[in-house]
Amino acid sequence: MSTAGEQDADLSLQEEHESKTHRTKRRDGDRKKKKRRNERRKGGTRAGEGEEDLQAVSEKRERSKRKRAKSKQETSRRENNEEEEAQLTGGKGTKARKDIRNEKTRRTEKEEVREVDENVDKGKKKQGITKKGEKKEDGGKQLVKEKARDIKKKKHKKAETSSEPETSEEDDDEEEDNDKDVVRPECLSPEELEKLKEAVDERKKLIQSLRGKPWPMKKKLVTLRESQEFVEKYEGALGKGKGRKLYAYKVLMTKKWMKFQRDFENFKTACIPWEMKIKEIESHFGSSVASYFIFLRWMYGINMILFGLTFGLVMVPEALMGRPYGSMPRKTVPRAEEASAMDFAVLWDFGGYAQYSVLFYGYYNNQRTVGWLKFRMPLSYFLVGVGTVAYSYMVVIRTMARNANESGVGDDNSFNFSWKMFTSWDYLIGNAETADNKFASITTSFKEAILEEQESHKDDNIHLTRFLRVLANFLVLCCLAGSGYLIYFVVRRSQKFALDGLENHTWWERNEVNMVMSLLGMFCPMLFDVISTLENYHPRVALQWQLGRIFALFLGNLYTFIIALMDEINLKRKEEKVVKFNITMWEASLYNGTVLENSTAPPVTIHPADVPRGPCWETMVGQEFVRLIISDTMTTYITLLIGDFLRAVLVRFLNYCWCWDLEAGFPSYSEFDVSGNVLGLIFNQGMIWMGSFYAPCLPALNVIRLHVSMYLQCWAVMCCNVPQERVFKASGSNNFYMAMLLVILFLSTLPAIYTIVSIPPSFDCGPFSGKNRMFDVIHETLESDFPPWFSKVFSYASNPGLVLPFILLMVLAIYYLQSTSKSYREANVELKKKLQMQNEENKRKNKRAALKAQMDLEEARKTAQEQQRNNNASVQDQEDDTDIHVSGQNPPPVGDRGRQMPSSRDPGSRTHDRGNHGPSGYLPGFARQTEPRMYRVPSLQRH
Amino acid sequence: MGTTASQLSKESLSEYQELTFLTKQEILLAHKRFTELLEKHEKEQIDARVPIDRIITLPELKSNPFKERICQVFSTSEQKDGSLTFEDFLDLLSAFSDSATLEIKSHYAFRIFDFDDDGTLDCADLEKLVNCLTGETNDAKLSSTEMKQLISNILEESDIDKDGTVNLSEFQHVISRSPDFVSSFKIVL
Repeated sequence: MSTAGEQDADLSLQEEHESKTHRTKRRDGDRKKKKRRNERRKGGTRAGEGEEDLQAVSEKRERSKRKRAKSKQETSRRENNEEEEAQLTGGKGTKARKDIRNEKTRRTEKEEVREVDENVDKGKKKQGITKKGEKKEDGGKQLVKEKARDIKKKKHKKAETSSEPETSEEDDDEEEDNDKDVVRPECLSPEELEKLKEAVDERKKLIQSLRGKPWPMKKKLVTLRESQEFVEKYEGALGKGKGRKLYAYKVLMTKKWMKFQRDFENFKTACIPWEMKIKEIESHFGSSVASYFIFLRWMYGINMILFGLTFGLVMVPEALMGRPYGSMPRKTVPRAEEASAMDFAVLWDFGGYAQYSVLFYGYYNNQRTVGWLKFRMPLSYFLVGVGTVAYSYMVVIRTMARNANESGVGDDNSFNFSWKMFTSWDYLIGNAETADNKFASITTSFKEAILEEQESHKDDNIHLTRFLRVLANFLVLCCLAGSGYLIYFVVRRSQKFALDGLENHTWWERNEVNMVMSLLGMFCPMLFDVISTLENYHPRVALQWQLGRIFALFLGNLYTFIIALMDEINLKRKEEKVVKFNITMWEASLYNGTVLENSTAPPVTIHPADVPRGPCWETMVGQEFVRLIISDTMTTYITLLIGDFLRAVLVRFLNYCWCWDLEAGFPSYSEFDVSGNVLGLIFNQGMIWMGSFYAPCLPALNVIRLHVSMYLQCWAVMCCNVPQERVFKASGSNNFYMAMLLVILFLSTLPAIYTIVSIPPSFDCGPFSGKNRMFDVIHETLESDFPPWFSKVFSYASNPGLVLPFILLMVLAIYYLQSTSKSYREANVELKKKLQMQNEENKRKNKRAALKAQMDLEEARKTAQEQQRNNNASVQDQEDDTDIHVSGQNPPPVGDRGRQMPSSRDPGSRTHDRGNHGPSGYLPGFARQTEPRMYRVPSLQRH
Repeated sequence: MGTTASQLSKESLSEYQELTFLTKQEILLAHKRFTELLEKHEKEQIDARVPIDRIITLPELKSNPFKERICQVFSTSEQKDGSLTFEDFLDLLSAFSDSATLEIKSHYAFRIFDFDDDGTLDCADLEKLVNCLTGETNDAKLSSTEMKQLISNILEESDIDKDGTVNLSEFQHVISRSPDFVSSFKIVL
């Protein structure tokens, strides 16, 4: 019987902690006695009784060794608790058998209480730990001690009669020895110490893994305290002698470190902003809407870091240490604009004083170092621009990889129905309406899945569907092309307006580009939605198409915008040439004039506002992006207020006096459009990445925007949106969003890099003015700030002969990694198959065994019944009966147990027990509690 | 155990942190919410139990179709009445917390779905489960043929040993591949 061993383990386990809690007191006395005895013995050794003493010592050592091995076993056993739980009840069967054998031992009673001994132990602990020194408790302890002694005596008796529990007996004895060892650790050999250490480590591991165990809290608490006590007790004994102090110090430090880590973890979670808001939304709208807000928060974090970079390394140094405003032409508002430079309309357009400030590229000076720190301003500007992009790439890719790790397993489609069944409920939902929607969507998904399964081969009227789909795509393409052309047209028109001078035009004409882009972004998705009804796709597929189309629309708009900007840049550069020529003429005339007047003195200082200057295309690009962001933000907020809030208010209050039900009928309340909002966020971020090189203020603006929209959207969602009819789950889409973000990041860095690399910077504005290309600043730094050998090395390293092989090597590495990952995947699939086969094999075997056991059981039952018929029900029969119940998988009939339980219990001792230990509420019901466990657990054991 | 009604002692707080997946704030919040559920005279009591009908009024559980089952599973009450002590409540929150492992989540999910507590999900369990998921309203219910089809499909997929029931290991096998079980098997206060 395999359960016998387990039972011993249980016993020793229980006894161990019991002894720990109670015996410590008693031991104080015992130890002294034993010490004295030992001393006496030692004295005896000296006196010549060497033989006897040696024997005793070796005996003791052997015992303690065995004990340690046992305790190790225990811990390992405790770790695979699943089995243990099964065997616990298994053990109970044997216990029950023994109960019958010697009914009057206390031990039986203890075994019975095993099921609920957590309770009792807790009670004891309470007495032992928290309420030390109370007289009443003292009395209780006395009783406990007595009981423990009693048990021991009984056990000794038993050891003589039955061979089975002998081990546990020794266990107990050895434990005491071990306790003595703690007192006198010098008698431990190094390997014993090693073993003890292992045991302690095992306990520690147990403590750490405890939270991952599906036990009730009481059991966990008991095990935790017990192991902690064990660890504390024996840790002190470890490393006595040389390394003791060090070891104690280490232990102390690990404890402190753990505590610190935990506190830090708590602190970190407390620092995450908007956690409560998001949780509230999560409970109202399910995880998909919440995923948008989590995404928004993530974006906010990234933008904070970008903002920190640009603000700390570019804007602040220039503002504090660079030349002040008005000291040079690029930092001064030109004379012609001075009059209107402070007007709100101009500032709102980021012209006037805003244009000639640290917010834009043009303000920055090209002096190599600024301030007493010798801060390399142009270099810093360039590196921050590159670093922004690099950091964003890193973060996005890292997040993607992490997400892929989390959801990488769910790629196969073999558990379609089971997943629908077991994982479709979103436990976060705490709103009745959302729950109703979820019920409905689950029902439809079930029905759909069944229909799909039934009609997977049937396809009706495929030609019509095909035709409609082609038509729909054609319409969408028309929409995309139309919107692209519209934007191009508008941008070109606005250039004409700009050449005429903005003052002559109306507000609409000035803001046409941004407004048109925002409006297109608002209405085209609706159009696509209408068109997509033609296609008759499955909703999930339809959603993907919709997302893809909106993505294409946004991307098309953005790129048309960029192409138009490029045109404008070229125009500006032509203008710049003219201006440059004019300036030389102007300067020459100026010098000529001064030279004629006074040949020695330098020319009269001209106020920087009067100096003619180039158009500075970089600032223009920056301005365009900032305006775009602002108008985009405004449209988002206004649509939110009108589309959601006003609609909700109207629907709510006009409903009393309207012909039809507004809430249920046409306008109704709006839903929160997760995918549209996420796309908006992504494109917004793309614009930030594109424009932040020319307008360092963009990340700051975006931080403000995200901050406001967090609060605004949270409020709007909670007050005027209704939960989605089809509640989607978020987890699958996370990486989809990330992938889109990555694409956008790539696409938005392309034009930025193109302009940086291929267009020469303006001659009279920005940190790179006077240079041929913007990246020349690196060369310059290398040449003048680093030792000559460094620049030499760099120039060698950057010649094509080295770069090309390097690129080749990288390509090879990518290829290699890809092929290995492919082979890994294949191996994975193969292993999966093997595992499945093995699993099935095992199951089959198990099933056969179970069948056999069942047959045995039947047989046994028959014999039992016969015996019962022949004779009155004897105790022995029942014992056999239960024995088989345990080994087989069938639950024992409840009546059977009910009959058996009272007979095997000593009622008197139980009441006595209850009176002294444990809260009174626990014991009376335990018989009932044990029953379901009794027959649930064996089936667990089967697997 | 120092669990007093008004506040948790420092030791038990740190023990609870050790034993659950919850942070300190979450435990304190849980304690607050739990004491709110207690009646006045019970607040002084250590290990007071909150009956099931008061537990399921919590907004986090209110609209959950498995609320009764959840209480039953986490209850350590001898009467099997689904009442929870504070520790049971913590167990519940820990299993449903963000950082709990897939293993523990799937274990408890299995026990929640195992309506008759017999250690396997048989046809009756699955039928109850489907009924829970489709809601109480009559029009939403699946017809008996649909139900039969659904259950047979599920058994076909996940019942590896073909004994007509889904047991814990089979269940965990299925669940572990699901992409969104961990993210949706969550309850936060």
